[in-house]
Amino acid sequence: MLWGVVQFPGSCDERDALRACSLLGEARLVWHEDRDLSGIDAVVIPGGFSYGDYLRGGAIARFSPVMEAVARFAAAGGPVLGICNGFQVLCEAGLLPGALLRNEELRFVCRQADLIPEGEANGHFATENVGQTTTRTLSIPVKHGEGRFYAPQEALDEIESRGQVAYRYAPGQNPNGSARDIAGVRNEIGNVLGLMPHPEHAVDPLTGSTDGLRIFEAVAGAREGGP
Amino acid sequence: MAKARVLIRPKEGILDPQGKAVEGALPALGFEGVGHVRVGRMVELEAEDPARLPELCEKLLANPLVEDYEIESIDGG
Repeated sequence: MLWGVVQFPGSCDERDALRACSLLGEARLVWHEDRDLSGIDAVVIPGGFSYGDYLRGGAIARFSPVMEAVARFAAAGGPVLGICNGFQVLCEAGLLPGALLRNEELRFVCRQADLIPEGEANGHFATENVGQTTTRTLSIPVKHGEGRFYAPQEALDEIESRGQVAYRYAPGQNPNGSARDIAGVRNEIGNVLGLMPHPEHAVDPLTGSTDGLRIFEAVAGAREGGP
Repeated sequence: MAKARVLIRPKEGILDPQGKAVEGALPALGFEGVGHVRVGRMVELEAEDPARLPELCEKLLANPLVEDYEIESIDGG
């Protein structure tokens, strides 16, 4: 399995993402000017500050050449994982619903958070294929200043009713004022996943948790079980 | 080239923590009685075809899900 990790000018988590992916297969960087994703089985859009986060997080990155290729890849059913700034890019690109706004308390938050996986039966990101205990929370770090998930009420109802909520912050742990404690969402088909917490920073016991691997494994499973 | 100014602000009803922080700082500076502070952004540009500005705003300058925008012509100003 070959992972492609997209690198924009201003990305900063691509090395950790590469390392996480390489625990589950081969991984290579994909430069933002590349349009060729041939041979790649899953795409990761890592965190950072693509194009300096000018205008809005992800607003400029979505127009980069590589994002055209990512959109085609996703349309063909390929699994795409957007982390933090990568989540913002996917929302700006219209591949995921909603928007990420400045944290409610205005502070940059950097801490460990418990995530509750949800809707395992929906889409390809089936964490139930990975762990025995599907309801176990995942301990994953968050670090962002603009991670407040927002969508209008009706859109939130649709997202929930279609089973597009992938992860919620555990009760009392919402770090940024996200609507309905939403930490991550998937697209309607279930092959595109975005989340604010950083699973790539939680793949080694050295940093306190290996729960992030489960999210990468779920993405890998999306390729194996997908179209 | 037509000069234009685009004003972008958070949509009504969307929490604006930046505005809240500015508002919260004002009393400490002796500015009482100022409320409902909203912080947006302003973009000045020159366009050959001003008719295309709304599209440009929708696609890039503003996120229509969370922001409103206004285009002002500043020609002859």
